[in-house]
Amino acid sequence: MSNKLTDITISKARDGLEKGEFSAVELTKAHIEAMEKTKYMNAFITETPELALKQAEKSDKRIKEGKAGAMEGIPIGMKDLFCTKGVLTTAASHILDGFKPSYESTVSANLLESGAVMLGKTNLDEFAMGSTNHTSYYGSVESPWKKNNSDEKIVPGGSSGGSAAAVSAGVCMAATGTDTGGSIRQPASFTGLVGLKPTYGRCSRWGIVSFASSLDQAGPMTRSVRDAAIMLGAMAGFDEKDSTSASIPVPDFEAALKKDVRGLKVGIPKEYMADGLNTEISALWSKGAEWLKDAGAEIVNISLPHTKYGVPVYYIIAPAEASSNLARYDGVRYGLREEGASLDEMYANTRAAGFGAEVRRRILIGTYALSAGYYDAYYIKAQKVRKLIAEDFRKAYENVDVILTPTAPTPAFAFEDKSINDPVTLYLNDIFTIPTSLAGLPALSVPAGFSSDGLPLGLQIIGKHFDEETILRVGHTMENAAEFTAKPVGGVR
Amino acid sequence: MTYIIKGDTGDWEVVIGLEIHCQIVSKSKLFSGSSTTFGAEPNTQVSFVDAAMPGMLPVVNKECVRQAVRTGLGLKAKINKRSVFARKNYFYADLPQGYQISQADLPIVGEGTVILDLLNGETKEVGIERLHIEQDAGKSLHDQYPSKTCIDLNRSGVALMEIVSKPDMRSPEEVGIYLRKIRSIVRYLGTCDGNMDEGSMRCDVNVSVRHLGEELRTRTEVKNVNSVRFAMQAIEYEAQRQVAVYESNGEVVQETRQFDASKGETRSMRSKEEAHDYRYFPDPDLLPLVLEDGLIEELKAELPELPDEKKDRFMQEYGLKKYDACVLVVSKKNADFFENVAKGRDAKKAANWVMGDLFGVLNKAGKTISESPVSAENLGKLIDLISDNTISGRIAKEVFEIMVETGKAPDVIVEEKGLKQVTDTGAIEAAIDEVMTSNPDKVEQYRGGKDKLIGWFVGQVMKATKGKANPAMLNEILKKKLSE
Repeated sequence: MSNKLTDITISKARDGLEKGEFSAVELTKAHIEAMEKTKYMNAFITETPELALKQAEKSDKRIKEGKAGAMEGIPIGMKDLFCTKGVLTTAASHILDGFKPSYESTVSANLLESGAVMLGKTNLDEFAMGSTNHTSYYGSVESPWKKNNSDEKIVPGGSSGGSAAAVSAGVCMAATGTDTGGSIRQPASFTGLVGLKPTYGRCSRWGIVSFASSLDQAGPMTRSVRDAAIMLGAMAGFDEKDSTSASIPVPDFEAALKKDVRGLKVGIPKEYMADGLNTEISALWSKGAEWLKDAGAEIVNISLPHTKYGVPVYYIIAPAEASSNLARYDGVRYGLREEGASLDEMYANTRAAGFGAEVRRRILIGTYALSAGYYDAYYIKAQKVRKLIAEDFRKAYENVDVILTPTAPTPAFAFEDKSINDPVTLYLNDIFTIPTSLAGLPALSVPAGFSSDGLPLGLQIIGKHFDEETILRVGHTMENAAEFTAKPVGGVR
Repeated sequence: MTYIIKGDTGDWEVVIGLEIHCQIVSKSKLFSGSSTTFGAEPNTQVSFVDAAMPGMLPVVNKECVRQAVRTGLGLKAKINKRSVFARKNYFYADLPQGYQISQADLPIVGEGTVILDLLNGETKEVGIERLHIEQDAGKSLHDQYPSKTCIDLNRSGVALMEIVSKPDMRSPEEVGIYLRKIRSIVRYLGTCDGNMDEGSMRCDVNVSVRHLGEELRTRTEVKNVNSVRFAMQAIEYEAQRQVAVYESNGEVVQETRQFDASKGETRSMRSKEEAHDYRYFPDPDLLPLVLEDGLIEELKAELPELPDEKKDRFMQEYGLKKYDACVLVVSKKNADFFENVAKGRDAKKAANWVMGDLFGVLNKAGKTISESPVSAENLGKLIDLISDNTISGRIAKEVFEIMVETGKAPDVIVEEKGLKQVTDTGAIEAAIDEVMTSNPDKVEQYRGGKDKLIGWFVGQVMKATKGKANPAMLNEILKKKLSE
């Protein structure tokens, strides 16, 4: 590994800062420079270098005083879905024009409290709705990765695309993401990062712009499994302001990495070998299973029979919740307002101008699913099937400790791919990540290999409720076996 | 007591069900820590949650839940250990979230019963369908600017209980009694202050009419009625209107209507076709509301004596007539006042003084019992002074008037004004002698058989003693002397 400040892991930076090899200000400056060099990616909606330097100075002071927190002096990106006090927060939507919250989300506050230095607010799909980062009002994000011998622009995935591009390129050491149906794991897979979606309830949702309340969960995007463990520890915790956050202690996730995987049972669900699954991905999956077997785990074939209903169920429940959650963007109190002759006209003008096509599509789908006469057939039925999907996992975990699957059925798309304009193709890209979200389970995407044209591919390790420790442990083993050391050509690492 | 509208096509009865919205008494709002004080400057009691800022989440106020359970217990209703908050989605400028958090399929309180004491002495049971908890909206102020509407979010998020009755009422009178009864129960419980003029209690009235014995016909809903009198007027108007529609071969349409108090009429607000599709669904920001084990029992044990029980006790313990007991228990403060007066005394006399003399004075002055110039202690003392013959009943009325004016204790007044009853035989005899001596002709007439003159003599002697002569003694001595 290189010793460039923009290429080291959090754990390594932690040591360097402690030993005084470099200061937090130096570390931050190196990353601000990297941010300047990679503006082509459009990874940030708002950059906050001055704020970052101030925070870094404070970090240096705390390090000297021996009061360093878990993320002390670490420059990170904050997905622009987290409300940040006094800093523009957009959710990548025109409708939140000019919105500067007077409050700090619990997760970002936890990170700042632990010493993290915020470099800026990262780009995303509008309201986290998308898998390409093409739905952002602030423009698409370009991945630092390229296919072999090609100059085609590649998408970083979505919705946490700005975070993925920035961490992958070496602009920040880590970034926050949020995951509703795969928005941390899929971009992590597309950009060669570790992405962790914690158990629903592990991190507070307070202050995160809501997409689908019963699914949304914040998590870390990092360049190593250890970094994910460190950062999750700083993000997580019970919050009395979020009724759905879990009142359970936060374990020492990093300590879990000391254990190996001997004796663990790893489930391979047959339903994920969907028809026409990309052969490269299928092969990588087998390789992943081999690595774990070689490390002493037992591979067990399992069945998750309701898997195929995951995507349709998700595309009823998530839009239904979103249609209601986004009702507050009405032009009355904050953000964009387009005047009209009547109140209803003002609403229509504001929301038509403020929301992009994908957001409007999902609001309409969700409104329809909740309407009188359709509610039982769609929403209620979807909730019933959601229970069956969760039940599939519960039964599977009677026999296995973790489940191994691919993270996404494809490598990253190119900007020119026709498929990125087809909602159904894109919705199906979440086929492996959605069931976990519906069941509220934790899942970790670990970079494991490459497609034939040189784009990163990830494997997903799914755990039991509130058992992030075991998936981190398995992920750590996989990371060691995969030896994924490649760096994107468009980055500064 | 049946309320019947005579029509050309026969007799019509009116069928009424009520949805009463009660503001829950609590220091803070249903899902935020903002204050709920009435009458604060606009938008000074608004948290980020109340204003529906991005990323804000509701956290249920446990005290509001307890208040709803208490109310359910007071309505003798089934308490649901598990209930679910649901979102009622609609757009309005004073509804910041774009939805109201309410309860739909699974409310916190299920079926219950309220007993009405009708004016004719009969009782009637009205079924409670359910009680659920929900958020209030803010307030739109249309009169501040010619072309703009201002929004005050102080009320936004304040906790309400909606008490839904079954369509069991059949007359405006019953509705009046029902509304007062509910108000009395929630006030006893301290779960709602019941002040309709401040909007902390308001109701939607569902009205339909039918020929006796028919199935229910289409109902209309009169929204946001904010006084008992208006509710009764609205029903009278609405029932007459519906009968007129049917009798002119029209059809009553299902719609929401509003009551215009100045004209005493109801007007159409929106029809069924224009009705919102509220797209209710369980609020994913909130877990199902599960009451802790033992909570219901705990609250049940802490429940105060409620009007019905108090009424029964007053009838048994104090031998009061049902009507008197009913009047006294409407307000707990009145009932407490009465009990303080009645304690250790003749309860019927206490009831007469409280309900007759004192309530008369208070009503005339538009005052409540808390503002009474006469304390329970002093009214009790006044009754004692009559019982131990210190003053006569007639003098007592005089003393009472002075008590009302000055707030002084009755014994002090009697002392100051020298109103103590004369029980000295010699003094009474002397007064009688003087009257008899000055009026020999009257004495003659009486002795000649004009018995009725006894009253005249009593009057004269009373006048001479300034009313202080003990009436019984006076009568006895006078009769003796006249017949000598």
